Amino acid sequence: MRVGVVTFPGSLDDVDACRAIRLAGGDDVPLWHGDESLRDVDAVVLPGGFSYGDYLRCGAIARFAPVMNAVVAAAQSGLPVLGICNGFQILCESLLLPGALIRNDSRRFVCRDQRVRIERASTAWTAQYTAGEEVTLVLKNGEGGYVANSSTLEELEREGQVVARYLGPNPNGSMHEIAGICNGRGNVVGLMPHPEHAADDLCGAGTDGFRFFTSVLHAALSA
Amino acid sequence: MTRVVVDVMPKRDLLDPQGKAVLGALPRLGFECVRDVRQGKRFELEVDGDVTEDRLAEVRRAAETLLSKPVIEDYTVRVEPE
Repeated sequence: MRVGVVTFPGSLDDVDACRAIRLAGGDDVPLWHGDESLRDVDAVVLPGGFSYGDYLRCGAIARFAPVMNAVVAAAQSGLPVLGICNGFQILCESLLLPGALIRNDSRRFVCRDQRVRIERASTAWTAQYTAGEEVTLVLKNGEGGYVANSSTLEELEREGQVVARYLGPNPNGSMHEIAGICNGRGNVVGLMPHPEHAADDLCGAGTDGFRFFTSVLHAALSA
Repeated sequence: MTRVVVDVMPKRDLLDPQGKAVLGALPRLGFECVRDVRQGKRFELEVDGDVTEDRLAEVRRAAETLLSKPVIEDYTVRVEPE
């Protein structure tokens, strides 16, 4: 099972994502932003960071990187794609997911352990959770406020495309306390908190995020 | 060459934290008359030759696909007088 992790100039969490994939028993495949091919991977992670210095808007330049042509095409035909933090922003810029992420309403960078509720377990990345389960992940962002127009929000709620929701005080002003969403098919997931930083007891906020990576390994095996 | 200016602004009904931060700083510096601030971006595009309707349409496409994100921002396009 090969899981690609894209490194853009300014990506920060690609190495942690690779490590989480290895811990889960997968083969991590580093992909470069200039690559045209996805090297036959079975899934892709767009990691956190500040791709292209967050110039213009977060994820706006990364969206036009050569590798994204391949990612968008593959995602549309069902390849599991997980965008974490900056990766979530890139997925919104790519229009693979609706809405956008704007500066935190607090105007402060938030960095802390964050309780979230997994709202949807029927995605490629959350199948090993139970809907309603409460977990601790790591939140660290300056532009994590999820916004969308009211009809989009209504559709996300109606179709069950909200994957994770913040618990406790809203950390960044996200509408409907949204921490993560998926596309209609459930193969593309965008998540603001970081499961890859909660995958190993040694250096994280517990291991609640680990199952994002085991979920996709099982999804690929059974596909 | 002609200069075409694209102004990109956060949508009216959307929170603009940067504008709010500037608004908070102004009175501290003694600028008391400002009621509200919204912060956007200005792009100056140098365009080859005369600006035709086709060129302007192209600039609008660029404004929609790259310079702005329509879900959260509005843009205006204008030709700068020489």
